Parts: sequence; C-alpha cells; structure tokens
Amino acid sequence: MTETQPTIPVPEPDEASRPFFDGAAAGRLMLMRCIDCQTWRLPARQHCDVCLSDRYTWEAASGRGRVRTFGIMHQRYHPAFQVPYNVTVVELDEGPRLPTNLVEVANEDIYVGMSVEVVFERYDDVTLPRFRPVRDL
Amino acid sequence: MAHPLRGVAAITGLGMTAMGRIYRSTNELAAEAVATAIADAGLRKDDIDGLLINAGITGTTGGGLTLGLQNYLGLKNLRLLNHMNAAGSTAAQMVQYATMAIHAGMATHVLCVFADAPLKEGTSAGAAYGGAARNPQRPKGMAGLYAAAGYFGANTPYALAARRHMALYGTKQDHLGIIAVGQRQWATMNPLAQMREPITLEDYHASRWIIEPLHLLDCCLVSNGAVAVIVSPAERARDMPQPPVYIHGMGQGHPGDSGRAGSEWETETGARIAAETAYRMAGVGPSDITCCQIYDCYTYTVLVTLEDYGFCKKGEGGPFVEDWKLAPGGSLPTNTGGGELSAYYMWGMTPLSEGIIQGRGHGGERQVKNDVILVTGNGGNLSYHACLILSPHPA
Repeated sequence: MTETQPTIPVPEPDEASRPFFDGAAAGRLMLMRCIDCQTWRLPARQHCDVCLSDRYTWEAASGRGRVRTFGIMHQRYHPAFQVPYNVTVVELDEGPRLPTNLVEVANEDIYVGMSVEVVFERYDDVTLPRFRPVRDL
Repeated sequence: MAHPLRGVAAITGLGMTAMGRIYRSTNELAAEAVATAIADAGLRKDDIDGLLINAGITGTTGGGLTLGLQNYLGLKNLRLLNHMNAAGSTAAQMVQYATMAIHAGMATHVLCVFADAPLKEGTSAGAAYGGAARNPQRPKGMAGLYAAAGYFGANTPYALAARRHMALYGTKQDHLGIIAVGQRQWATMNPLAQMREPITLEDYHASRWIIEPLHLLDCCLVSNGAVAVIVSPAERARDMPQPPVYIHGMGQGHPGDSGRAGSEWETETGARIAAETAYRMAGVGPSDITCCQIYDCYTYTVLVTLEDYGFCKKGEGGPFVEDWKLAPGGSLPTNTGGGELSAYYMWGMTPLSEGIIQGRGHGGERQVKNDVILVTGNGGNLSYHACLILSPHPA
C-alpha cells in the first residue's frame, strides 16, 4: 500500500458501499453478487439489473481484468491531478467495469486489452482499487 | 401500407437567436426564438396549442427553462404541454411527439423550444460545462469512483469510446480530423456559425489535447442561444408561408449500458434501432439519403453514427469518411451548417435547425440536394438516440 496525499476527491463510503471500501482497506476487491442469477454487479445497488432480484451477497473478486478502454487526460479539471494522466476503464474477469487509473505503467504503454491486476492505494481514510499490468512469468 | 404517421405533419416555423456569448436569460432567449418562429409560420401566438420544452445544461445547473416558460410567453390555449429531457435526443423526440399529438387530434400547432445559456461573462467555455468537476463535493459511495479516477466532464466518456473504436477497428486520428475540418468548411458558409475561420488537418493535429484521443477540435462548442420549431398538420402546411418540411420518418433507440461485459455502448449506439424504425416508416434506406445532419458533440459521434445508419459497415466509418465525402462538394454532405463542432451547440436543435434550413432550400451558398434529409440526435454518452427523416416533398 502506498501513502498518498489526500488531495484528490475521494468518495465517502455510504451504507450501501461500505463492504466495497472496507474490502479495499483489507486488500480485497469486494463486489455485490446476485443470489438468484449469480450476476456480479458494480456499483452497489439494491436490485440486480439482470433479474431484478433484491437478494445479494458480497464476494471477493479475482482482482484480475483487462483494459476495456482508456484516455490520457490533459485538461486540468482538479488541481490534485497532475496532467497528463490515464483514465482507464477495467473490465473485471467477473464482468463488471470499474473506472480507475493504471499505475506502474507509462501512459504510452497502455493498450486496450492489456491484462491488469488490482493494487490498493490508501488516501487518508479511504482505500481505492487501482490496477497495474500483469507481468506474466 | 404506408405508416400512419408518415407525412402527416410538417415543420412550418423556425426561429433562432444569435449563438454564442449572448448574455441573456433562457426565458428571454426562448421568447426571441419563439416570436421569430411564430412570425415565420405566419401564425398568431394564440394559434399555438402545444408547447414542448427542452432545457439544456442549465436545466441541471440552474437558470434553465421550466414549465414557467408558458406564462413567460403568455400561451393561453395549450392542449399539450410538457418539459422533456432525453439529453441530445430530445429535439428530434419533441418533433416526434408533436407529430403523434397532431395525428391523434390533440393539438394543431406544436411549439418545440430549446434554450440554454451556460456561458457567463468572464468564464471559459470549458468552465461552463466542466466547472462543477473543478470543485466537487466529496461524493458519496461508489459513484465517487469516477471523480477519484479523474474521470471528469463529458469529454471523458467520448474519448474512451473513440479509443475503443480505434483499438477494435483501426480508426485513425486523421479520420476524426477530416470530420472536424470538413464541418469547418461548411461553417464558413453559415452566417450563424460561431467558428468560421477555415482550418486544415495540420491545425487539427496541432490543436491541444483535451483527453487523448480527442483534440480541442474534436469537441463541440458551448453556446448560449435558443431555437424554436413549429410542427403543424401537413395539409395546413401547404397554405403557410414557408416551404413545408415534411416528416417522413422517425425513430428512437436506447439500448442502455449494463456497465459490464457484453455492453458495447462505445461503438454500437441506439442509432441502429432508430434507423431501422425510421427507414421502414419513410420507405427509404441509406442510399436514398441526400444529406445528413448528425448530432456531433464530438467528431467521433459522427463517425459511429454513420456506421449505425448503415452508410458503411460497423468499424468502417474511418475509411468511409477518408475521401472527404462529408465536406462541401462531397457525395454525402453532412452537417452542412458546421454542426455543433463549428456552428453552435443547441443540443439536438443544431442538426434539426440545419435540416429545416436545407429542407426549405434556404441554405444559400451551402444549399445541397435535399430530397431526403436525415436528422439525428443523441445524448447521455451515446445512450439516447432519436432521428427524423425530412423532405420538402409530401409523402
């Protein structure tokens, strides 16, 4: 885990999302999963958008996925973000997609389809999942 | 058998304000466009019996149109009233619902109004739309993962969509640039256009990055202004002052985004569903379309929309535009007023207003063949889509 200045706009966990953030703090990527149709879902929401069941559980995801797509941001929207930086959507092996940033990789080396794995970064009172390239042996 | 709505209504009035840094309230802008549209249609205010309202971004951020517009305009005879918002697809949708209401006998002359005034004195265009992101509240729950990743503004999802298209299909930066440059060529002939200085492909590549793969010149303008459109029964339209622009076809498509594997929102939009519906209703296909007015909040939107309307195969939008066929002199004149990229950003009213101008034959030096005009609208990060097929010819 990396200690980082709490300058970026980090989310405040709410009741619905607390298992996600508690999981991240413990180094696990926790996702909701429908008890009835087994569909993994993200973000936290009461109803399954496949079968509309409101029965769910929280399970640890593999933490593995692929770069669905990405952009390199050059516009300064928020002073805590040093441009250019990557904005990446990772499609997890379980299906859901997560907006995140890739770390431990140069922006110019990112590509769609790149295999990535989760790492956790702590920002003051919140831990967030980021992803780095999988370095296959 | 012909579709029951085909050709039953026509656009009979068009009113537009100046576009850009016009510092007036949305009600004032709307009223000017409405007064112009009513006069244009040769009507009196009391003839208006339907009002459909679409506020732009200021409908969310403050100061946008509300149902109070009725009283601001002093409309007393409404039999139809609604405030609609399906983002950039709303303008085409308003005309669709107006047509249905006319066919059902619920209204005769339906006024469709859009006004927006996000630009404030002393603020940049970027701040007008992305401003909230500069100082966000600490967001609650997982919705906050976006801001925490620096995923801000409308530019981001479109850049991500364009990147995926590039990765899947080999679409090049030049393909996007050709769209931007071609539309600027059209804008040079449009007196209402905000950006009329010609640009080259070199200028495009030299323009600063916003979020790769989008340059500044891939992104639409931000405009203050208003557009009002009147829809009337086709049989009335023949006796009204302006050349009628008949509504031959219409469609919508909203495939949604599950946010997980399987959704292809980035590269396959609701335009495909809308196209099937509208083509069938109008009895035409892509080869019959003589000009396109395509919602172009970003260059990429034009490219992917052309694919979904069947002008070329999925993934071939890049090579399709490469020969400059969308630009002046090309075989598929597209966004002939300069579009949202170069003329003015009035959400779906940008393509609709230019479709009406072309349909009337009022395009001046930019007038093109107008037998069958495709007008599209989309919004919400390629989520919502609606279209019209217009023609100066009765159905």
